[in-house]
Amino acid sequence: MAEVSLKVNGKVENHEVGENTLLVDFIRETVGLTGTHVGCDTSQCGACVVHVDGVSVKACTMLAMQAEGSEVTTIEGIGSSEKLHPMQEAFHENHGLQCGFCTPGMVMSAIELVSKNKSPSEAEIRDGLEGNICRCTGYHNIVKSVQAGAEKMGG
Amino acid sequence: MYSTKIVKAENSSAAVQAIGSSKEGKILAGGMTLIPTLKQRLANPDCLIDISSCGLEGVEDKGSSVRIGAMTKHAAVAESSSVAKAIPALADLAGGIGDRQVRNRGTLGGSVANNDPAACYPSAVMALDGTVHTNKRDISADDFFKGMFETALEEDEVIESVSFKKPEKACYMKFPNPASRYAMVGVFVAKFSDGVRVAVTGAGEEGVFRHSDLESALSSNFSEEAVSGVEVSSDGLMSDIHASADYRANLIGEMTKRAVSS
Ligand SMILES: Cc1cc2nc3c(=O)[nH]c(=O)nc-3n(C[C@H](O)[C@H](O)[C@H](O)COP(=O)(O)OP(=O)(O)OC[C@H]3O[C@@H](n4cnc5c(N)ncnc54)[C@H](O)[C@@H]3O)c2cc1C
Ligand code: FES
Ligand code: FES
Repeated sequence: MAEVSLKVNGKVENHEVGENTLLVDFIRETVGLTGTHVGCDTSQCGACVVHVDGVSVKACTMLAMQAEGSEVTTIEGIGSSEKLHPMQEAFHENHGLQCGFCTPGMVMSAIELVSKNKSPSEAEIRDGLEGNICRCTGYHNIVKSVQAGAEKMGG
Repeated sequence: MYSTKIVKAENSSAAVQAIGSSKEGKILAGGMTLIPTLKQRLANPDCLIDISSCGLEGVEDKGSSVRIGAMTKHAAVAESSSVAKAIPALADLAGGIGDRQVRNRGTLGGSVANNDPAACYPSAVMALDGTVHTNKRDISADDFFKGMFETALEEDEVIESVSFKKPEKACYMKFPNPASRYAMVGVFVAKFSDGVRVAVTGAGEEGVFRHSDLESALSSNFSEEAVSGVEVSSDGLMSDIHASADYRANLIGEMTKRAVSS
């Protein structure tokens, strides 16, 4: 066991965990935020994407201890049910989800994408979301949502 | 994942020491290969030595070569203006690895140390006449890669950086596996004043290799026609669920042509 201290959505989280604890398990089970999902065990699906110090990562492929001292942002940290993040609003308005399982990861990846490229083209969006798999939508409405989200975010 | 211990090393000599005092310690770089392996319980190291604080990140232009720190992330190489200026093909290669999140964590040192037969970087190290700098010695690319997942690295050896010679012209062409994004076949062609080097990844049963027939054909005539004149044999190439050896042999020719004409 080891002590891990990091910030999740601005709040300090100081816990004793097994040294082999994955960041995604720390977020879901220790901190209790279940918006970050686990969809595979091969690091391919992107349902677990969060930001660590502003950079998108697959939380299933990082140990909690590797995030020691970092600021982690999860889907719960970007908006609230009363005031959605513009990217969440865009997914809502453009029917960018069906079952919603992939959506937290999609939104977190999309926010990083737009932070680097204010008005991405369709090809750039598809390329930028390469690490996020959706089994429902066929991606068209996700691309539309990200385009609309980029506009709302001021692109 | 089996239980394990984590040691954060402050520099590479501390990392080497930590490996020495463990039974089966393993270096943890970006974790994009090692953590999935641990999750599947395919490895059981008693200790992971995290080298992210060892100061092994960064790009240095050395005049006739570019030296890149082992812990430099794929995304940083892809976005580096000095790499883009000196060896644009290397920046392109890094920007085509996996997906954004893999590039945000995965490192040059990890990719080279792992020597996955379908990984992209080993082909660049070979074609750009690279040198792997460790805590002990400098190893030339031709001596470093020893076959599938095998390298010249010793148990207690840490890659600190890798140097790549600046070519006159170079291009990496990858035919990605549509599911994993790894190379089904990747060809790195680099033209130097004294000849052409061609390294092939994704195809060989023994991992990355240089293709001497393509090298001599292109060294005397750097053109697509020269590639057409070479019969690429399927001997020693992999056959698996993704592609047969014959298909891979054909892709080697095709990717080489595309690299030459780009
Ligand atoms: C979904 C997915 C897609 C991918 N697609 C591609 C692709 O298209 N092309 C490609 O090339 N790769 C691909 N990769 C692999 C990726 O590039 C990895 O980042 C890389 O292979 C390993 O680097 P790492 O920093 O994550 O190393 P780690 O996983 O931390 O380590 C890998 C191995 O190298 C050893 N090691 C690490 N650093 C050093 C060092 N400095 N000195 C000595 N030993 C060291 C470790 O002990 C371990 O055995 C993909 C990975 C994933 C998960
Ligand atoms: S859970 Fe699938 S990539 Fe993390
Ligand atoms: S909406 Fe169901 S997986 Fe994407």
